[in-house]
Formats: sequence, structure tokens, C-alpha cells
Amino acid sequence: MATINLKINGNKHRLDVDPSTPLLWVLREHLNLVGTKYGCGVAACGACVVHLDGEAVRSCVTKINRAADKEVVTIEGISEKGDHPLQQAWEQIDVPQCGYCQSGQIMSAAVLLREIPNPTDEDIDLAMSGNICRCGTYLRIRKAIHLAAEIQQGTK
Amino acid sequence: MRYNTRHKKEKRPYNIVAALVVLAIIMTFMVSIAANSRSTALRATEDEIIDDAVKRDSVKSVAAFSKVYSVLISPRCVNCHPAGDVPLQGDDSHLHTMFPQRGKDGKGILTMKCTNCHQPENTPGTHTPPGSPNWHLPPADMKMVFEGKSPRELAKQIMDPTKNGNKDMKALIAHADDELVKWGWQPGEGRTLPPLSHREFKEAWITWLKNGAYAPTN
Repeated sequence: MATINLKINGNKHRLDVDPSTPLLWVLREHLNLVGTKYGCGVAACGACVVHLDGEAVRSCVTKINRAADKEVVTIEGISEKGDHPLQQAWEQIDVPQCGYCQSGQIMSAAVLLREIPNPTDEDIDLAMSGNICRCGTYLRIRKAIHLAAEIQQGTK
Repeated sequence: MRYNTRHKKEKRPYNIVAALVVLAIIMTFMVSIAANSRSTALRATEDEIIDDAVKRDSVKSVAAFSKVYSVLISPRCVNCHPAGDVPLQGDDSHLHTMFPQRGKDGKGILTMKCTNCHQPENTPGTHTPPGSPNWHLPPADMKMVFEGKSPRELAKQIMDPTKNGNKDMKALIAHADDELVKWGWQPGEGRTLPPLSHREFKEAWITWLKNGAYAPTN
């Protein structure tokens, strides 16, 4: 066990935890932030994506000691009122089917929009290729990212 | 007088022998120069040869490179030295699932950076991401492709500073102990090892380099 200092969604936490515990476990089991999902457990599906110092890391394989003293943002912290351009677009287009992968999809898309404010289809496909949706909502996801880009730029 | 005559007669064969010896030395020298100019040898600069005490022995060098090559084209090495911009995976070197892109710096792009999944160490279990602190592909402006290269092509590429990350002899030798290179011998569960031990590989690598870094003919 070790004492780890974390900053998650702007809030500071001090936890006694095994340093090899995956970040996902800490988020869900210790801090009750259950918006981030457990999918494959081997970094292959993208359901567990959160931001670690702005990068879209897979929290199921990220040990908590890697997150120490860094900024972690989860789906709960991406906006204060659930009104991030991606969240608005997701609602407008009604993207989710079962919804299980969607927090990971949005967290990845948020990094894409930060880096490329007006992405092409190709940009979206390259950036989102690591996020799997078993319901096959890919076309709606792509459409929603385009819409979110417009909302973000104030053109919609 | 008789003696003198005899002496002159005996001296003539010595002159011929001496001339033949000199001629043989000159011819050997010329043949050597001609052979070298035609050879496919790849050498470091003269300064480096002096600095690193390189002795030219093409047979020894090429024999060592065949061992080196067997490691370089093993999945543990070639998977991160692909011909395209997507890394390879597995012992069959298939394209990496999710098709992560090389990116400008070799560390991926956007949401698909290498270290978003690959940790500073191997993740326990099978079919989990392998890891090392500086996980990456070669950068886009110097791809250092191993996939599909013949022994000759690979040897030439490794010795070309414009294609090897601007490495000189010293840097090449040191590269055998690079942390990411050495990861190949600690690849985590479910991954085969290169055909030689790291010690054998390093020995062959240095033998190849220190004997002139000759490229095989094929």
C-alpha cells in the first residue's frame, strides 16, 4: 500500500492504495465515479478512456501510481452541467444504443476536437479507431463529432 | 675470374626471384585495391575505424551479421519497424488492431498515442499491452524499416547515418543496450523471444560492426 495524491475532475484526493491498482478500479471502487466503464480490461476496447494530463489513456491498464500528482478528467468532469459540445451533440443525434461504450467514445472525441477543431471523416476514423461500439453506432458517432465541432466553433 | 663468372651466373637467379617477389607484392596490393573498390563493403569513416579499432574481416563480419539479422527480423524487433505507418503485432506480425498511426514523432497521433495503452512496463497477463518507458516507432522522417528488408538492404541501412538516426559506430554499439531494444528479451507473457539471447546478439552485433560492418551480398 502507498499513499497516492490524485487530482480528479479538479478535486484533490489522498488515497491509501496498492500502487499497481488500475486507475479504473480507483475511480469506480474508491471514488464512486462509475461513468467510466470496464470493458475488456486489456486496453483493447476504449470503454475506460479518461484524460490523464490531457491524453486519452485507458484507465483499465494505467496503474494508479502513473496518475499520481497528475490531472485526471473523467466523463463526470468533462463539463460542469453536462453541456460539453460533444454531450450536446450526442443528445441531439441520439447517438447511444446500449450506451456502455459512450463515455469512452466522448472522452476520446474530446481529445480529437481539442487537437483538430474541425475534423474530417478521416481524422475522426483515425482518432476513434480504438473505441469499439458493439451496437455499431459508428456513423452516428461520426455525425455527432461533426455537429460538436460546429457547436464548439459557434456555427451551430 | 672463374669465381667471378660463376658468381655472376649464380646472382642472376636471385635477381629474378627478388623481382618476382616485388611483382607479387605489388600485384597482391593492386588486386586488394581492386577487390575493395568492387566490394559491397560498408564501412564507417576512417576516423571511426581508428577510434573503434575496426579490423576489416569480411568473412567474420558477414557471418556475424547473419546472426544479427535473425534477431532484427524476429517479431520482437520487426513489429515496431514496419514498412507502413501502422505497427505490427503478434508472432505472425499482423497489423496492430485499431490501426494506430506512427505519427510524426513515432509516438502515435491524437487519441491513439502509444503510451495511452503501453505503460512503462509490461501489463501482466496474456494479450495485454507490452510496455517500456519510451515505447514508440521510429519517427516519420526516418522510419528505419526492417519489415521486408533483405540482409544486404538492412545492413546498408543500419550503416547509413541518414537512415539510422544519425548514429556513428559508438552510438550503434551502445544501441544494443537501449532499454527498448532490451525489452525484446523481456516481452511479457505469451510472446516468443528472439532466436538469440541478448548476450549472443550483442556479441554478434559488435563483431559485425568491429570487423568492418560488411553487408552480405544478398
